[in-house]
Amino acid sequence: MQEVEISRLVSPYRDDMVIKGYQFGHGEKAACIVGPVRGNEIQQMYICSQLVRALKELENNGCVSAGKQIMVIPYVNSHSINVERQFFGVKGVDINRSFPGNDYGEPVSRLSGKLLDEIKDYTYGIQFTSFYQRGEFVPHVRMMETGYQNTSLANLFGLPYVVVKHPLPIDTTTLNYNWQDDNTCAFTLFTNCNESIDETSARQAIAAVLRFLKRMGIIRYESHSGYISHVIYEQDMTEIYINHAGLFRSKVKCGDDVRYGMELAEIIDPGDGSVREVITAPTDGIVFFAHNSALATQYDIAYRLIHRLHE
Amino acid sequence: MIETVLEVELPVGEKVKIVRNRIMPQLEINSPGRLSLVSGIHGDEIEGQYICYEVARRIEEHPECLVGIVDIYPALNPLGIDLASRNNPMTHMDMNRSFPGNAVGDHADRISSAIIDSIIGSDICIDIHASDIFVREIPQVRLSDTFAEQLLPLAKLTNADMIWMNATATVHESTLAHALNIMNVPTLVLEMGQGHQINRDYGHQIVDGIFNILCELGMWTGPRPRTHIPAISSDGSVEFVRSKMGGLFLPTTEHNHFVKAGEIIGELIDPISGKKLMDITVEKSGLLFTQRIYPVVYEGDLLARILTDAF
Repeated sequence: MQEVEISRLVSPYRDDMVIKGYQFGHGEKAACIVGPVRGNEIQQMYICSQLVRALKELENNGCVSAGKQIMVIPYVNSHSINVERQFFGVKGVDINRSFPGNDYGEPVSRLSGKLLDEIKDYTYGIQFTSFYQRGEFVPHVRMMETGYQNTSLANLFGLPYVVVKHPLPIDTTTLNYNWQDDNTCAFTLFTNCNESIDETSARQAIAAVLRFLKRMGIIRYESHSGYISHVIYEQDMTEIYINHAGLFRSKVKCGDDVRYGMELAEIIDPGDGSVREVITAPTDGIVFFAHNSALATQYDIAYRLIHRLHE
Repeated sequence: MIETVLEVELPVGEKVKIVRNRIMPQLEINSPGRLSLVSGIHGDEIEGQYICYEVARRIEEHPECLVGIVDIYPALNPLGIDLASRNNPMTHMDMNRSFPGNAVGDHADRISSAIIDSIIGSDICIDIHASDIFVREIPQVRLSDTFAEQLLPLAKLTNADMIWMNATATVHESTLAHALNIMNVPTLVLEMGQGHQINRDYGHQIVDGIFNILCELGMWTGPRPRTHIPAISSDGSVEFVRSKMGGLFLPTTEHNHFVKAGEIIGELIDPISGKKLMDITVEKSGLLFTQRIYPVVYEGDLLARILTDAF
């Protein structure tokens, strides 16, 4: 294992923000794994750190294939992580809305430009990040529909679901989109939480990455075959909205198989404790996304269901 | 007449309301013209609040002169203004990347959609922005290349100091102005001053411009304000001066002044050593129309912008 400095942001009042990569093997740039670009992506940082640990052990046992190189960048935005802020710098910029970046503009553009420049030549790119809406997901691989996306390859992670999203204009500034634009086969992995560590889904994510690396011939590793993934287009999911604000009391969790008419949640009046709304399932399906805040604003998305899919 | 465009319940006994003040002509007019004035999409930009106030006040002073409809939307992001937050505090996202929205989506989508629906049909829309808290700007109209030809005649009436024809980034497709222009509502984006502040002089200057436009559209029979024609620039004629290192920036020239090539416009200092790190000079002569006001800088931070063909 070799530690390499990807980028250094010199700060007048803090220690420099150093983006560090852990490199395994030598030769063709085979796979790069990138951790948190936002300061609240703690689960993602944990997963990447454990991947470094696992790959170090595999390398020591001679299990990284000859002529293949793997890079893991366990954290990008350490300055924000250290002060528990989601976004970068005094301007509060989202690094994952700042790609492709450049070498002449704002500090965040230079940072994202330098990062992309260092990782764009890898054949496979895997990013661990968070979703802009607060809530829990079933662990899945997400891809932008850029025309370059390859859902067959995404299947090789062996996670239950692969989600394909048609990009909005704002999505064109994410790492995933720009990585694909630079001809890297890019995947984004979502687990079920951000700010805290969930050991079960972290283990599932680590196993998925190692399984993928093994299937692409980058490492030698014996692993369970995982799932044959179900490919879903985001627009095909059924969204369930909250019609009245209040306290949110959920009766189901991510991954649950629900039936038409089943009670999914209640909205409680924060004053008198009465039930303001009962949220029911409009269709049979699997709970793919669940609102996980105790508070609900009107028109929040309570759940996303995979329509007519059963366990 | 104060009207609610859309309201969204918050969890505990409060609603977010998007409101407009519709000011009608005293006499009944067949097919009156309609001007929409919007502001406060970024909660840290307060300059537009004074402009909304002053437009309503001047009409109130001479209501007999109004022969069209003026709709004033002072606060498209009311929670953001309350909290001095650029982004929408409910989503932590830039509201000006969420248009045209979706009438059956989440609260952010519904608000954006309701705003668009409410403005559609206007003969012109003026979207007032301020700068952020980091740089100060002269009053200027920003036009995307896509709509420049159509909007330039209107932009010249605004009494701004400058019209900046800005290259269109993909993300601009999600702005209010882009969405309205696509829907055939000519929409001008004005930017001036600095974040968290109100410059009354700039406010009066732009309000004169708005009444100039009202006169031009035949919606105001009062005296036409005296205005000037803005300087017109393209991206190629704007020089960006960026910091080459971190430190404290102290300007040595006034904002909105002409500077000569080689002139020192500020210095970068190191407070701990008591040393000057470097003088900041400009490479080209022109009008210093953007000036850094927040002193702490990183490498790449914007220190000034020079309109180089203004001589």
